[in-house]
Amino acid sequence: MESEANKILDEVTQGDYKYGFVTDIDTEFAPTGLSESTIRYISAKKNEPDFMLEFRLKAYRHWLTMTQPKWAHLNIAPINFQEIIFYAAPKKKKEVSSLDEVDPELLATFNKLGISLDEQKKLAGVTSVAVDAVIDSVSVKTTFSETLSKHGIIFCSFSEAVQNHPDLVRQYMGSVVPYTDNYFAALNSAVFSDGSFCFIPKGVRCPMELSTYFRINAANTGQFERTLIVAEEGAYVSYMEGCTAPQRDENQLHAAIVEIVAMKDAEVKYSTVQNWYPGDKNGLGGIYNFVTKRGICKGSNSKISWTQVETGSAITWKYPSCILLGDNSVGEFYSVAVTNNYQQADTGTKMMHLGKNTRSTIISKGISAGNSNNSYRGLVRISKNALNSRNYSQCDSLLLGARCGAHTYPYIQVDNKSSIVEHEATTSKISEDQLFYCQQRGISAESAIGLIVNGYAKEVLKQLPMEFAVEAQKLLSISLEGSVG
Amino acid sequence: MLLSIKNLHAGINGKEILRGVNLEVNKGEVHAIMGPNGTGKSTLASVIAGREVFDVTGGEILYQGKDLQKLSIEDRAREGIFLGFQYPVEIPGVSITNFMRTAVNEIRKFKGLDQLPAGEFLRMMEERKRLVEITSNLTNRSVNEGFSGGEKKKNEIFQMAMLEPTLAILDETDSGLDIDALRIVANGVNKLRRPDNAFVVITHYQRLLDYIVPDFVHVLFQGKIVKSGGKELALELEEKGYDWIKKEQE
Ligand SMILES: Nc1ncnc2c1ncn2[C@@H]1O[C@H](COP(=O)(O)OP(=O)(O)OP(=O)(O)O)[C@@H](O)[C@H]1O
Ligand SMILES: [Mg+2]
Repeated sequence: MESEANKILDEVTQGDYKYGFVTDIDTEFAPTGLSESTIRYISAKKNEPDFMLEFRLKAYRHWLTMTQPKWAHLNIAPINFQEIIFYAAPKKKKEVSSLDEVDPELLATFNKLGISLDEQKKLAGVTSVAVDAVIDSVSVKTTFSETLSKHGIIFCSFSEAVQNHPDLVRQYMGSVVPYTDNYFAALNSAVFSDGSFCFIPKGVRCPMELSTYFRINAANTGQFERTLIVAEEGAYVSYMEGCTAPQRDENQLHAAIVEIVAMKDAEVKYSTVQNWYPGDKNGLGGIYNFVTKRGICKGSNSKISWTQVETGSAITWKYPSCILLGDNSVGEFYSVAVTNNYQQADTGTKMMHLGKNTRSTIISKGISAGNSNNSYRGLVRISKNALNSRNYSQCDSLLLGARCGAHTYPYIQVDNKSSIVEHEATTSKISEDQLFYCQQRGISAESAIGLIVNGYAKEVLKQLPMEFAVEAQKLLSISLEGSVG
Repeated sequence: MLLSIKNLHAGINGKEILRGVNLEVNKGEVHAIMGPNGTGKSTLASVIAGREVFDVTGGEILYQGKDLQKLSIEDRAREGIFLGFQYPVEIPGVSITNFMRTAVNEIRKFKGLDQLPAGEFLRMMEERKRLVEITSNLTNRSVNEGFSGGEKKKNEIFQMAMLEPTLAILDETDSGLDIDALRIVANGVNKLRRPDNAFVVITHYQRLLDYIVPDFVHVLFQGKIVKSGGKELALELEEKGYDWIKKEQE
């Protein structure tokens, strides 16, 4: 009975990656490998002010003193940093002000990804999504910048921010994730090429969803992007990030940093749909996704909410976190992580309660299939002064088949007596009964698994903005689908 | 003939449960299957629906002239076989609306029809809900999640009304229903009866058969249909129990 259900699950979960195309875009590369001269090359290419080069070099020198962390529940082949190209830019990118000037191959890429910038632009004010797209290392096009600037909102590529708003960049860059934070954060700080920058001034509610699409296209290229979001007092923004990469036999490195600063009464919602190439059925190739995401609720009553749907990457190492410094501030983490075949994910969050009456919620849904390994790792720390604080954590694992693994590592530290931490964890399987019930209604095993998995993840999916939720639902089904014999 | 079962043997993990079942069902007919607990009624229903945990070890099942064993579970359903479950399973987070829409559209695709537009689908839901007297809030909930026993059974009838099967097998749909719910379920079945479809109703109680009047009543005992008759057989069983049948078998 068990084995029958497992057989169906196996057949259904042998899906193929649907975003594995390569686009033939004329690309300019940095010399392969990592050294101070690579960093100087990148900084010069980007025409950066001195403080940026200094920041990069300090980070690089610090990185040289560090070693790759080993503590995650991951099996990582050694990375040879001298074989990676740290900077690749589509050549024709220069100064595009209208879509007509964008490389048609690039636009075709977006169409394949299901995002049409063209459409987005036409529907201005209707769909209300502003898109910044980062292909390989360089930000290609930011739509809607003009509309946003009317509200005083800055939404542009990181490079542009460095050129046009150097003071803001200088003030906030590295303030939440210092370059000393960890191995991959140091690496990113040394070599990051581009990313998104977003600044919402005091009292402004951003009138549309802001969105960035990241894509690794070139071979042997690492992508190191950096996102910085600052919400001033009383500001609100909902930010979405999506990503894909072509199918390649080698592993590619993606080491990003996201920093969020929320001042008094500000709210930032950050949503990610991560669909980097996961490698093939035998575990060959795929993206190494090592990301440091952290937000600080600096002012009182501020709120930062992370929602992530992680379906891609060969290895995911990622803990979007909140530092709850302001009194009454709120941190949330909603996550669905799917692993299939030989994928490995070690993901979770850190909630650092420093202010009084701070609250955090963690909802994590892991879905494992094939030979994959899926770990939740979460830290909830309530400091001595964070009186009357609350955390609620719920970590559920769904196993599809018998060869995959699910692990939960909750770390809890409470240093005062007035705070309460609750942790619940469950592990379940898709039962043969459920599959039979669906199939008896004419639903194929493939769709049935899609339905059941989406139902399981509903609590998290409903946190996503509408535009993203539909895509995420499809992705969840697709990443587990395949041919049913 | 709609369904023809000949000398069907089936079991699980080497244990034989069905030991030579013979049954013929024509369009327009209602058959009732009765019998003591554990004699294989639900197993028979599951085997007709194609549940893979059971092994068919002998005999054949023809449905509309087709060998059912060659069809997958979902294709049997798409060809018009519906099973109302004795124990409907919960599917957390999946709304009945979404569930039914997926089912209806996959069946339509199988038949070469276009997807039903959302508006039309919702109208159809409303209409069928009225047909089986279902209150609206049930369909907004997740499939069977937190439903009472009776609500689960009503939901099965609603799904049957949505899918309009050619052969509906209802496994103890009357168990656990209060008198009103029983009437609602029975009325639902009666409204859906047509000359071109058929019902196989598995039940322990004659009272359901007061509402859904069967053309034939069969007694399944130790994996075999040991007695068949008209609706008066149900009355006789109600009165005398199964002892006399057991004795006849010895
Ligand atoms: N999955 C299973 N694994 C093992 N044995 C099973 C399984 N399903 C059914 N059986 C056994 O097969 C026999 C017939 O069961 P079945 O459910 O078909 O009976 P039934 O006639 O429907 O009984 P009831 O009137 O109680 O619903 C029983 O002995 C039961 O224990
Ligand atoms: Mg039964």
